[in-house]
Amino acid sequence: MDLYEFQGKDLFRRFGIPVSEGRLATSPTEAREAARELGGPVVVKAQVLTGGRGKAGGIKLAGTPAEAEARAREILGMDIRGHTVRKLWVERASEIAREYYLSITFDRGAKRPLLMFTTQGGVDIEEVAASSPEALVRLHVDPLEGYHPWQGRQLVYGAGIADPGEQKQVAGVVGRLYEVFASCEAMLAEINPLIATPEGEIRALDAKVTVDDNALFRHPELAELRDLAAADPLEALAREKGVTYVKLDGDVGVLGNGAGLTMATVDVVTFAGGRPANFCDLGGGGDAQGVVDALEVITSDPQVRAIFFNIFGGITRCDEVARGILQALSRLRLEQPIVVRLDGTNAEEGRRLLQEAGAPNLYAETTMLAGARRAVELAAA
Amino acid sequence: MAILVDTQTRLVVQGLTGSEGRFHGLRNRAYGTQVVAGVTPGKGGQEVEGIPVFDTVAAAAAETGANTSLVFVPAPFAADAIYEAVAAGIGTIVCITEGVPAHEMLRLHAYVHARGVRLIGPNCPGVLSPGKANVGIIPAEIFREGSVGLVSRSGTLTYQIGHELTQLGLGNSTIVGIGGDPVVGTSFVEVLALFQADEQTEQVVLVGEIGGDEEEKAAAFIEAELTKPVVAYIAGFTAPPGKTMGHAGAIISGSSGTGQAKKEALEARGIRVGTTPTETAELVAELVR
Repeated sequence: MDLYEFQGKDLFRRFGIPVSEGRLATSPTEAREAARELGGPVVVKAQVLTGGRGKAGGIKLAGTPAEAEARAREILGMDIRGHTVRKLWVERASEIAREYYLSITFDRGAKRPLLMFTTQGGVDIEEVAASSPEALVRLHVDPLEGYHPWQGRQLVYGAGIADPGEQKQVAGVVGRLYEVFASCEAMLAEINPLIATPEGEIRALDAKVTVDDNALFRHPELAELRDLAAADPLEALAREKGVTYVKLDGDVGVLGNGAGLTMATVDVVTFAGGRPANFCDLGGGGDAQGVVDALEVITSDPQVRAIFFNIFGGITRCDEVARGILQALSRLRLEQPIVVRLDGTNAEEGRRLLQEAGAPNLYAETTMLAGARRAVELAAA
Repeated sequence: MAILVDTQTRLVVQGLTGSEGRFHGLRNRAYGTQVVAGVTPGKGGQEVEGIPVFDTVAAAAAETGANTSLVFVPAPFAADAIYEAVAAGIGTIVCITEGVPAHEMLRLHAYVHARGVRLIGPNCPGVLSPGKANVGIIPAEIFREGSVGLVSRSGTLTYQIGHELTQLGLGNSTIVGIGGDPVVGTSFVEVLALFQADEQTEQVVLVGEIGGDEEEKAAAFIEAELTKPVVAYIAGFTAPPGKTMGHAGAIISGSSGTGQAKKEALEARGIRVGTTPTETAELVAELVR
C-alpha cells in the first residue's frame, strides 16, 4: 500500500525526521486558510499516488493566501497519470541550498534492505544511477543484525558531504528513516529531495512510503490510511467482495484460478489478438459464491463484451465452479457471452453440468488457447 | 532419485488439526507419503485418523523421527512455526501459508540459510516427486513419474503445464513450487542446482513470472552450471507496470521485472522460452525426442 506524501510526512515527524509545517486541504478555501495560518510563501502540492507531479504542474509556489487559493483551484481536479487530484498538501516554502536523495528499498535480489544516498538529489534517481553510478552510495543492512549508526556515516562520507553539521544531521536522518522502514514494515521509504537550507538545516521535502500489504494486519493504524475513494471503483468493489482483481483496458473479461494461471490467461488472450479487460483471480478455493462474486465484479465494467473463464482444477473442483457459473447466470442476468474452459479435478462433471443447463450464452472449449480465441472472437462480434 | 522429497521423507504437518492441514495432510498420506506426525499447540495427545498430534515440533521429531515439515499455520504465526521447526532439527520445511510479511521473510531467509535448513515457500503449492512422495497441495493425479524436473513460482500454472506434459506422454522427476512472494526460502538457482545433481532428472522446465530478477539469475546459472537442457515459460508478459498481479511478488517496478526482459535474458543464453503453456510443453517434448 502506497502512502500519500502527507501521510508519509506525518510518519516522518513522529520518528523525528525534520519536515516543513503544513496543512491538508481539499478545497481552494481550505488552501487559502492553510496558507494564512502558516504565514509567508507556501507550496501547494497535489496528493496523488503516482510520480511526476512536478512535471505535470501539480506542485506550485504561492506567495500569499489568495495565490494559494488560486493555485489550489488549478490543481484540484487535475488528472495526473490517471489519478484525479482530490487532496492538497499546503506547506511552508523552503529555501533550498542543496538537494540530496535518500532511500531504503526492499532488495529482493539480495534479500536485504538497501540504503541508497547521493548528493545529486531532486531528480530521477534512475538517471543518476545510469549517468554517474559512483555518486550513488549503496549499502545493505543485514536483516538479522539491523541498522548500525556507522552505516549512516558511511553514506554521508561516501557521498562527500563536506559540512560537519550536515554530516551529523543526515546520518541521523538515515537511522530514523530505517526506523520508519523497519517498524512500519515498508517495502520502500524514500526522501527525494532531502534538502539542506542556506542555514545548513536538513529537511525532508517529499515522502514516499510503501507498506507491505501482508503486514497490515499488525499495523491497524497504517491500514486505516488506505484511501478507498482514490481506488478504481471496480477494484474497491473487488476488495469488498474478497476477489483479487486488477482493471485493464480491454473488452475481454478474464477469470482464472491462481495468480500464475490467470496472468498466463491474460497473456494468451492478448496473443490471440484480444484486449483483456481485467486480471481476476478466483484464488485457491473457488466455491460457487466466489464465482458469483467474481462475475459480478467483472461484469460491472461496462467495457466487457465477452468473458473467458479459464479454470484448472487442482484443489478447486470444476463441478463447483460450474455450479457457480450457473448460479451467477440465474442471479445476475449476464448479457455477455461466457467461454468456459474447465480442466483438472472433476472437469467432466463440470462440463456435463454446463451442457445440461443449455444456457444460450455459454460456450465450452477444451483448451486454454481455443478458449481464448473464442472469447476474442465473441468480444469482436 | 528425485529431489527434496522421496520415500525417505518422514513428514510432520504443522497445523494438521486445521481444515486445510487435515485435508491435505491426509491427501498426502493417501498418496503414499509417510505422514508421521502433526503439531498443534494445545492438542498434543490427539490423533487425526491415526496420525499422532504433538504440542511441539521437538516432541514430534523425537517420537516419530520426522525429518520434513509441512506448514499450514496461519500467516501471523507461520514464521514462528518455521523457527520452531528449525530449532527441532527439521532439515526440510515446506510452507504453504499465504500472506507472510515480507520483513519476516527477510529475517527467516537469513536465519535458515545460516543453518543449512531448506525452506520451500511460503505461498507455494509444495513439492511432489511422482510415485514417491507428495508434500503440499499439488494435485498429484495430474502428474506422472518421469525425467522432467519442474520448478515454478506459481501453483495452478504449474498444474496446467504438468497436465500438458502428461498429455504428451511425459513425466516428472520432481515438481517444486517455490512460491510467489517477493522473498521465498529457496530460489530458482538453488532448485536448478539440485536438478543438475539428480540422476532421474534429464530435462528441466522453469516457470517464472514478472517481478524481481530471479529468472535473470537463473539464466546466468543455467549457462554456467547446467548440462541438462532447460525450457522456460514466463507469465505476465502483458501485465501493466505498478500493479500487483495476484502474487505479492508479481509486480513490475519501473523498468525492471518485465516479462520481455526475462525472456531476453533467457534466450540470450540459448534457453528456449515458450509463449504459452502449450508451446512450452511442446518444446520439452522436442527435447525428449
